[in-house]
Amino acid sequence: MKYGYFIKILLAFFLAFAPTQAFAKTIKWSMQGDSLTLDPHAQNEGPTTQVSRQVYEALVTRGLDMKIGPQLATEWRTQGPNTWIFKLREDVKFSDGTPFTSEDVVFSILRAKQRTSDFKEYISTVSGVKAVNDYTVEITTSKPNPILLNQLSNIFIMSKKWSEKNFAVMAQNWDAGQETFSATNAMGTGPFKITLREPNTKTVFKRNKKWWGTMKDDKVTEIHLLPIKNAATRVAALLSGEIDVVTDAPVQDLARIKNSPAHKVESTAQMRTIFLGMDQGADKLRTGNTGDNPFKKKAVRQALYQAIDIEAIKKKVMRGLSEPAGIITFPGVNGYTEELDKRLPYDVAAAKKLLADAGYPNGFEVELRCPNDRYVNDEAICTAVVGMLGKIGVKVNLFAQTKSKHFKELKDNQGDFYMLGWGVPTLDSHYVFHYLYESGASWNRVNFSNSDVDAAIRVMEGEVNLDKRNAAIAKAWKIVKDDISYLPLHHQVISWAAKKDVNVPIRPNNEPLFRFASFD
Amino acid sequence: MVMLVVAFVSFSLFNFVGDPINNMVGEETSDEERAELRETLGLMDPIHVQFTRFIINASKGEFGISYQLRRPVSELIIERLPATIELVLISALIALVSGTLLGVYTGIKRKGFLSDFILAVSLLGVSLPTFVIGILFIYLFAVILGVLPSFGRGEVVELGFWSTGFLTISGLKAIILPSVTLSLFQMTYIIRLVRAEMMEILQTDYIKFARARGINEKSINYKHALKNGLIPVITIAGINIGTLIAFSIITETVFQWPGMGFLFIQAVQFVDIPIMSAYLVFIAFVFVMINFIVDILYYFIDPRIRVKGDSASG
Repeated sequence: MKYGYFIKILLAFFLAFAPTQAFAKTIKWSMQGDSLTLDPHAQNEGPTTQVSRQVYEALVTRGLDMKIGPQLATEWRTQGPNTWIFKLREDVKFSDGTPFTSEDVVFSILRAKQRTSDFKEYISTVSGVKAVNDYTVEITTSKPNPILLNQLSNIFIMSKKWSEKNFAVMAQNWDAGQETFSATNAMGTGPFKITLREPNTKTVFKRNKKWWGTMKDDKVTEIHLLPIKNAATRVAALLSGEIDVVTDAPVQDLARIKNSPAHKVESTAQMRTIFLGMDQGADKLRTGNTGDNPFKKKAVRQALYQAIDIEAIKKKVMRGLSEPAGIITFPGVNGYTEELDKRLPYDVAAAKKLLADAGYPNGFEVELRCPNDRYVNDEAICTAVVGMLGKIGVKVNLFAQTKSKHFKELKDNQGDFYMLGWGVPTLDSHYVFHYLYESGASWNRVNFSNSDVDAAIRVMEGEVNLDKRNAAIAKAWKIVKDDISYLPLHHQVISWAAKKDVNVPIRPNNEPLFRFASFD
Repeated sequence: MVMLVVAFVSFSLFNFVGDPINNMVGEETSDEERAELRETLGLMDPIHVQFTRFIINASKGEFGISYQLRRPVSELIIERLPATIELVLISALIALVSGTLLGVYTGIKRKGFLSDFILAVSLLGVSLPTFVIGILFIYLFAVILGVLPSFGRGEVVELGFWSTGFLTISGLKAIILPSVTLSLFQMTYIIRLVRAEMMEILQTDYIKFARARGINEKSINYKHALKNGLIPVITIAGINIGTLIAFSIITETVFQWPGMGFLFIQAVQFVDIPIMSAYLVFIAFVFVMINFIVDILYYFIDPRIRVKGDSASG
């Protein structure tokens, strides 16, 4: 009996003092995948960068508005076409206490250019980097590089001293399965440091007390990353309160999460556009029945375009979570305009007429290749397209398969008609033209070739005068849009779900910045 | 021999799962770099060369480096093994103990509401797919009642190379849902088996004699009848441990259980050939070993086999 009272009193104490513990709060974050390595230069990959970005910083960075702004560099200017001068922050310390200087910048950029780094191609135009003084760095490029700042925003700065002490001077050789100290430990200048790392299970980020910046909300002291592969389990963990924020909420569960009084859902257009490609280079369709290649005719391509009811796809297949697209790039990318993104009207009668005028009054037959595990509802979109094209007499046979086979066969040039999605990590139109439209480009499987577009791409690569460069981009977009080289479908929309009182601002690149997180 | 066949079949299957290259590199990688990577991985060699190389390495216990995680496969499997073994052991235990008890009960009380109820529920256990049961459990116990965690293994304690979840409260709580989910199918199996055995044995002469001698019912049921009824159960249970490991693929995926099955599913999606082949070979090995052990156990448990063997030799 005596003990019973004692325990009750103890319990009462606990309950009374529990709320004071609530001041320091943890955000439990979940997504499907995990970072592959903590070495910031070993893998240029989504979740890996998302994790590194909480710990490491770059010279410049994209804020919540996705615009480039200062981070470790306060200002920069160009000196001639190939030289850039960066002034560094002087009040920055790494989380182990060592001061940050230009030596660290020189070290990190050279590290990212090493053979073992996954960023060596990414910043291949950077030909030299040197420290002018402790807080000034000079970067030279082999040719004028208009998107250098974009690229530098993804090159994280490490401590030279720390790397030397821990034998991490070389970037981890990911392809050879190398294990390094830097792959399992992280030490940067950013708002958080990693105190526990169990790959694919749990990563604990604690506040870096030495960080130079200010947190939006000081109550955010810890972040736990708990990856959950299965979508239903991830949602269940969110609803049961074990997880605070999910940065890849599945479309089919959004309604249920919204119905929960304790949770909320935020959506934004993602940096990825889904489209269909039609091989215009082949003389004869591999899967056709007409003995020629109807896709060579613009009228046929336009007929297909106008036969697709994109609003119906948005409503029925995507449950409202897509933005119909007129070009293969999205808001926020340099070169995007709303005018370009307007679609040709959905018009079955016009499509039928175009098809008849082009010499195919009875339509034709073709195979549509789709992935079934790559994009949001990819196979369902294709199934819808098959039905819509059937209405104008084009008999489409759907061939959906796993992404590892789909992309391989696409690369082997086996597709007449296929689905693909394209993201633009550099947020500049050049990335789209260089891979999808340039003659002979690696993802140009429609075999599009236009000398004016190729010339415009050369200008995009070498012109530092922004007006002239933007004019070239606009011209190139106009040409390819008029030509209907691809059938754009929509921009994907991503959704984050969180507890009502936990605010982690959603960003189009799907990358959370926990320094902007807050509690209500 | 069995192992060799499994190795060959699984190996030839990999030609149909797709190309790992695209998963391994970014979309901006040039075609030349892709070809180079394919060359370094040995994917350009003819199939029989690849297969011979695989067999030679496998016999040395080397399964190469995972394409996705970039770590030695043998190391990954050893790391994931404890989670799967603990899960499988607990669910085998649950299945055996509760399966036997319920089986005896339904065998003795053939008519009665509770027996019918148990049989009806057990029927549900066989017919519903594991992932549906798992998700139902998650919603019931984690979302609605909020008493058990919905994913993961909880806190684990490292004992040498073995990480165990048995020593912490969160670890024990975390194993309840996945192990019950995994055990349901086997439990149903055992219930039905024990029930049939009991019903048959209770009709036999020696039970009737025992009753005639006035031995009490409890002793008859559990001492005399159950003992004989358990022989086939043990055989089946042994073999079923292998099945449990195989079934655990789905359970582990649903509960984010960091075991081998989960590793395998991720490997399939990524076309991580070294992990897939090592896993299949490993599972084949487990099955072969279990069958072997069960055969030996049979000899010890069932006196009839011993008698037959002795008389044959003598």
